[in-house]
Amino acid sequence: MAQVFKAQAEFGVKLVLLALVVGTLGTLAILLWRARVDDQLGAAQAQPVPFSHKHHVGDVGLDCRFCHVTVETRAFPGMPSAQLCLGCHAQLFADQPVFEPLRRAARGGEPLAWRKLNTVADYAYFDHSVHIAKNVACIECHGNLDQMPLAWQTHVLQMRWCIECHRDPAPHLHPKSELYSLRPTTLSQAERESLAHWLQLESSERRLDCSTCHR
Amino acid sequence: MKLPIAIHAEPGLAATRREAMKWMAASLALAGAGCSRPAERIYSAAAMPEIAANGSPIHYATQLVQEGYGLGVLVGTQSGRPIKIEGHAGHPSGLGGSNAQAQAAVLQLWDPDRLQTVLRHDGPVASIATWADFAAAWADRPGHGNDGQGLALLTGRFTSPCLQAQLASLLQALPGARWHRCDGADTGAAQRGAALAFGRALQPVFHFQHPALIVAFGADPFAEGPGRVRHAADWAQRRASDLAAGRVPPRLVALETTPALFGARADERWACTPAAIEQLLQSLAARWLGGSKPVDADASGAEARLAELLPAFDGRLLLVGGEALSDEGHARLHALNQRFGSLGRSLELIVPPEDDGPLPAPATLAQLLDAIDADRVNSLLILDSNAAQASALAPRFAQALGRVPWTAYLGLHRDETAKRCQWQLPMSHGLECWGDARSHDGSSGLIQPAIAPLYDTRSAHELIALITPGETLRDGHALLRRYWRAHDAAGDDERFETFWRETLRRGHVPHSASAAQSVPHAQLPSGNPAAAQAGTLWGMFPPDASVGDGRHANSAWLQELPRPFTKLTWDNVAQLGPRTAARLGVETGDGLLVTSDDGRAHPATIEIPAFVQPGHAEEALTLALGYGRSEAGRIGNGIGVDVGPLRGARPGPVKLRAEPSGRRHTLALTQVELDDQGRAPARRVAFANAFDMPDAAAPQPSLYPPVPHNGPAWGMVIDLDACIGCNVCTIACQAENNIPVVGADQVTRGRAMHWIRVDHYIEADGCSNVQPVPCMHCENAPCELVCPVGATVHDSEGLNLQVYNRCVGTRFCSNNCPYKVRRFNFLQYAETGSETAKAANNPDVTVRSRGVMEKCSYCVQRISRARRDALKQGHGVGGDDVVTACQGACPTQAIHFGNIDDATSDVAAAKRSPRHYALLEELGTRPRTTYLARIDLPAFKKEGG
Repeated sequence: MAQVFKAQAEFGVKLVLLALVVGTLGTLAILLWRARVDDQLGAAQAQPVPFSHKHHVGDVGLDCRFCHVTVETRAFPGMPSAQLCLGCHAQLFADQPVFEPLRRAARGGEPLAWRKLNTVADYAYFDHSVHIAKNVACIECHGNLDQMPLAWQTHVLQMRWCIECHRDPAPHLHPKSELYSLRPTTLSQAERESLAHWLQLESSERRLDCSTCHR
Repeated sequence: MKLPIAIHAEPGLAATRREAMKWMAASLALAGAGCSRPAERIYSAAAMPEIAANGSPIHYATQLVQEGYGLGVLVGTQSGRPIKIEGHAGHPSGLGGSNAQAQAAVLQLWDPDRLQTVLRHDGPVASIATWADFAAAWADRPGHGNDGQGLALLTGRFTSPCLQAQLASLLQALPGARWHRCDGADTGAAQRGAALAFGRALQPVFHFQHPALIVAFGADPFAEGPGRVRHAADWAQRRASDLAAGRVPPRLVALETTPALFGARADERWACTPAAIEQLLQSLAARWLGGSKPVDADASGAEARLAELLPAFDGRLLLVGGEALSDEGHARLHALNQRFGSLGRSLELIVPPEDDGPLPAPATLAQLLDAIDADRVNSLLILDSNAAQASALAPRFAQALGRVPWTAYLGLHRDETAKRCQWQLPMSHGLECWGDARSHDGSSGLIQPAIAPLYDTRSAHELIALITPGETLRDGHALLRRYWRAHDAAGDDERFETFWRETLRRGHVPHSASAAQSVPHAQLPSGNPAAAQAGTLWGMFPPDASVGDGRHANSAWLQELPRPFTKLTWDNVAQLGPRTAARLGVETGDGLLVTSDDGRAHPATIEIPAFVQPGHAEEALTLALGYGRSEAGRIGNGIGVDVGPLRGARPGPVKLRAEPSGRRHTLALTQVELDDQGRAPARRVAFANAFDMPDAAAPQPSLYPPVPHNGPAWGMVIDLDACIGCNVCTIACQAENNIPVVGADQVTRGRAMHWIRVDHYIEADGCSNVQPVPCMHCENAPCELVCPVGATVHDSEGLNLQVYNRCVGTRFCSNNCPYKVRRFNFLQYAETGSETAKAANNPDVTVRSRGVMEKCSYCVQRISRARRDALKQGHGVGGDDVVTACQGACPTQAIHFGNIDDATSDVAAAKRSPRHYALLEELGTRPRTTYLARIDLPAFKKEGG
């Protein structure tokens, strides 16, 4: 029986089949790459006003709570209002054009839309204040903000990362005096164990219940 | 008794196989083209808010206006958005309870169908205009040069002292103007009765905590009238304290046509036609006060029984009359109350708060119509009164509106009246404007906004200020403060500031209830009630239990709330007794042609589905108002039947004719089986046995290992002796937990999503028994064993959790649940389209999507908040620290919740009650939610009590 396809046609068919396989694999690879969760790790994010934690915290020495005023009392730590920023910047570098979005917001215009760095899934409910109350320091999740000119995300906010700490919180605890410090002293294992004991943390069952974070 | 209705009628698949393949391919392609995660933004405020409540609710004390009267509530806001109404324990009209309409107020605020801008209607099309355009048009209206000649104002009933003063000064500035008031369908009969008996209109205020016998004549004091929440609260408090002391609590006797909340709790109940109730009142009046006797003798035995009861409870009695009673009937009731010493004890008469002000007596809607017919009205301003739909004169008014040269309407919705007016003005919702109102007992209170107006709306105060000559203030807050500065706290500015802040904090002015009026000896009315001829079919037209006279028709929560006793949603029906139904040859769901038979020139006919209701009076039809609306909005349009045309010009029952239409209707019912099959899920216990501790039954053996727990053990007790079946728990839960509505079609397939259903049983002795059923949070939960993905698990405090993001929708759990309390999102029920509707959601609770199981969570978000607060303060969660949404809304405190391990907690005390039992205890599920049996009082006998 004679060949149905000429060699050239057969080559064409093979090419098409190969292209299909490569295309599918390639698309999958691109999708996986786009769906990866650590793509923001370590990537400084552009903000409407190029706010530098390095300058304000590291150099000037502002306390976290100066701007994030409700971090000790509420679930959401609070973002500084435009007027709070202008409290200083009406005097310091007042004429810089970079503050124009601030001034516009303070005049009642468009509010500042900061790029959110750390986003927890919508079905997980995170409360800053209770973590602070139980001596989990800022640095544990937010990293060395005092070294970030423009802040970036330092941990992948996946459930296993949360659970790791909820299983064994002791390594992440700090004394009350150092909750807002970005250069905390390193505690010994025994000191951490005793801190965990005195803090009367919830039982590990309670910390690991689904209802602790999901509702 | 089972209703002849199939609930699982499954119509054919809407899509063909080919279409399904197309959609699958399309969704596959879309999945491939998926985008990366959107960048989220945090918006920072311009200035720090007064209270930065990031993630915690703030509550504001305010009042919700219902039929003109204020009901005190706390408005819970999250991130500045009002999302939940709580009862306000300090307010006289609620004592911490609320009702379904109050709970639904947040949904009304966020309703995307609200009127959002000023509209000008020239000819067939409406164009967007501004308030300035309206002000110019007002100044230029016909007859603007004179002193208001030809100007008519039409309002609904209102009690706001500030608005009364504003209207009075407007009428003073424009002396030619006339003020008309269109009272709703449900008001004023008792006042007119007092006018007959005592010579002036007075409003009764009932004190349900005092009498030992309460008799309701065609009335449901737990569901109608401005004091309804308070009545239920007072009754329940008195009953609980009497029972705690081992005394027999007050007895309730009901004579009613339609089964209602009060009648279901009555110890003795007679189902009577409205005419029979009138006759009975006449013969009671004749017996003790003289006057003519009725023609017909009472056949039911009610008269003989009341003749025995009333003197036995002389001085400890309360007689209550309903809105369907005639004015003469109310006059007789007032006289009987006076005769038996109720006045001043269990009942006080006050000047009606709506008439207690500087305003002259209002003219009526009928007078307005006459004036329009005589061309004496050249401009008409309507304030929040949908008279073209809700009033008895609606058709005539709708026509007359077209003949008035200049019309303007202020209201929440673009409703039937608005559409016929040239100027349609958007009104601020009660949660977004300043105001004041008076409660059922005349107490004054303030209304404060919980959010700035969503749209360019004005309150009635602001509109009146805009059109009053010489008025300079425009802002509602300033207007209100000026009124209260001038009319209260005669002291200096500083004292006024204290008064103002304190009143805002409390929500009402303490000790401001109206003074009781002393009345002369009552005059008996001369008129005789119509004889109850055999064969007369009486029509009753009460407002619907959920949507009222139609004003709440666009609220999906209220539409889908199963009505007490009928368990009907999204519709209205003609309720009738079984014998009447047999005579007419109809069953539930059969169409009925109902024609007015009261001798009018053009009899009106409607077609409406019949609903055969055991316990309904024979030879009477109950036809709920509030349906068949054409301009309610996207939710309320075109559902149900408008029964308005059958109504007479005067309130009260109407003679009707009825015949089967031959058509079948599908009713969206949530319960079709009213028989408890002898299993007594809702138990009753005789008074004599209610205090004996039963022998402590040994806990049943279980194959399951004991569930260890530490920390609090959350549990719930529902006291069936306090429950009146008002449904507020169901809707409070819906508001708190983002429970979606599914629509009539899905309800007929048994897919209603309410986490608490209120079961209704009619028992062998005719007793109507109700039982709220949420998730039981079984310690040995059958649902958990069958979930293949661990989406339903226990937590260490005993909660049966549903983890939405693990759920894959097998529905095994629901099949294995003996209580059938799990709800499945068969479709994407949660609203995702409208931004405003989304804003009504509670941000503390996940919005579930399609394919996910859900159920009562014991308000786990509230438990979590209490736990976090306790952790921050360094102590444990108190046994009574968590109040669930249903518990907080319940007017009778029938729901107890807390830590059952804490012996001092309220719920632990309830669990120790001798009346305590678990539903389907024999299954060994060990539910954490348990019940207290309802107590049957011993029959009263004349000798020995």
